[in-house]
Amino acid sequence: MEVPILKQGHYLIASIQSALTDADLSQLREALIERVGRFRARGVIVDVTALDVMDSFAVRTLRDIAHMARLRGAETVIVGIQPEVAFAMVQLGLTLKGVSTALDLEEGLAFLDRQAQLRIERGSGRIDRG
Amino acid sequence: MATKGKDPLPPPPDPQALSESTAALLRELVAHLRQNRTQLREEWARRITRAQLLTAMTEEEIFAEATSVYDNYVEALETGTFEALQAYARNLSERIIPRGVETHEVVGIVLLLRDVLARSLFGKYHEDFDKLNRILDAYEPAANRIANTVAVGFVQERERIIRQQQEAIRELSTPVLQVRERLLILPIIGVIDPQRARQLTEQLLRAIRTNRAKVVVIDITGVAAMDSNVANHLVQTVEASRLLGATVIVTGLSPEIAQTLVTIGVDLSEMATVGDLQGGIEEAERLLGYKVVPEEDLAPKA
Repeated sequence: MEVPILKQGHYLIASIQSALTDADLSQLREALIERVGRFRARGVIVDVTALDVMDSFAVRTLRDIAHMARLRGAETVIVGIQPEVAFAMVQLGLTLKGVSTALDLEEGLAFLDRQAQLRIERGSGRIDRG
Repeated sequence: MATKGKDPLPPPPDPQALSESTAALLRELVAHLRQNRTQLREEWARRITRAQLLTAMTEEEIFAEATSVYDNYVEALETGTFEALQAYARNLSERIIPRGVETHEVVGIVLLLRDVLARSLFGKYHEDFDKLNRILDAYEPAANRIANTVAVGFVQERERIIRQQQEAIRELSTPVLQVRERLLILPIIGVIDPQRARQLTEQLLRAIRTNRAKVVVIDITGVAAMDSNVANHLVQTVEASRLLGATVIVTGLSPEIAQTLVTIGVDLSEMATVGDLQGGIEEAERLLGYKVVPEEDLAPKA
């Protein structure tokens, strides 16, 4: 199943609706990385609220997305990890090191806004003209 | 394995062992014990006092308990069934455990009774050595089984109480408290075992979601000791909370715990730690953008 990717301002939102195969995940990764450049996005949000299992391949793909997007100039947030999923992940040692996380979509958007603010304050980011 | 064991306790007696003659001997034995009930009971109570067992109880109480134990004992010998005795042992344990009676005392008094009764048998049959032997053959397995039943009953009752208390402690000691909008506090008191660590983490994660918490302060002032297992549980809790988008601050690491953790080389570099709960809450407020100012500083300047 293909994951819809929505553009919302400067951000891309990928909302996973059901369990994904490894191929679906790879496809999501490629689509997101390609679109970060096409839409000159500053942030990527991957919403995993609907997932009740997260295997090592899924976690690695999410981490790869975050690192690749950063290389293309966008910050990534994973949102909506379920408590049970989080517990299972840490027990398996899958901790998404170096990747930002937030409670839900709203928090994820707030986080990206804050990051953008920080970049402007540091004077090293792009200037927001919107 | 077609035979079904009815009794969960020590292996049931071999049915053949209770052959006609053994049964007859036991009957004779029981009659003897009934006949000398008063005298043997008194002798037993005397020996309990002399051995300084059951010091938590008064002499009258000891005598009263001795009487009912004696009667139950004889009954178990007579019927060869131990259910009544088991129930009695449980009931007795329930009454005497809260008064501080120890396992060795309970086992001690039952063994004393066994000895008192054996002595009386020696006295009665000392002229007929052959008969004495046969009587003892019938008596000893039954007596040992009785001692076993009482001791096991006592220990089981103890274990039941311990389990009950553990559960009570577990339920009592894991509150997740909200102190400000989006700020939770989790004070941990007592021993953290894997089961409790799991429960704590699950409860915290659920609370983070329902309260939409951004910062969690885990206070471990009440945790007496920590080993690498517990530390790893703590690290897991912190990481799981981060996956839900919450920052965790750990406070109240005692000097001993700090030394242990550094000595055993647990890596806590990923974890934000602050000295005490107050500092932790202040740091959390800073992260959340709160600023707590005394009222007089807010008063308009004249």
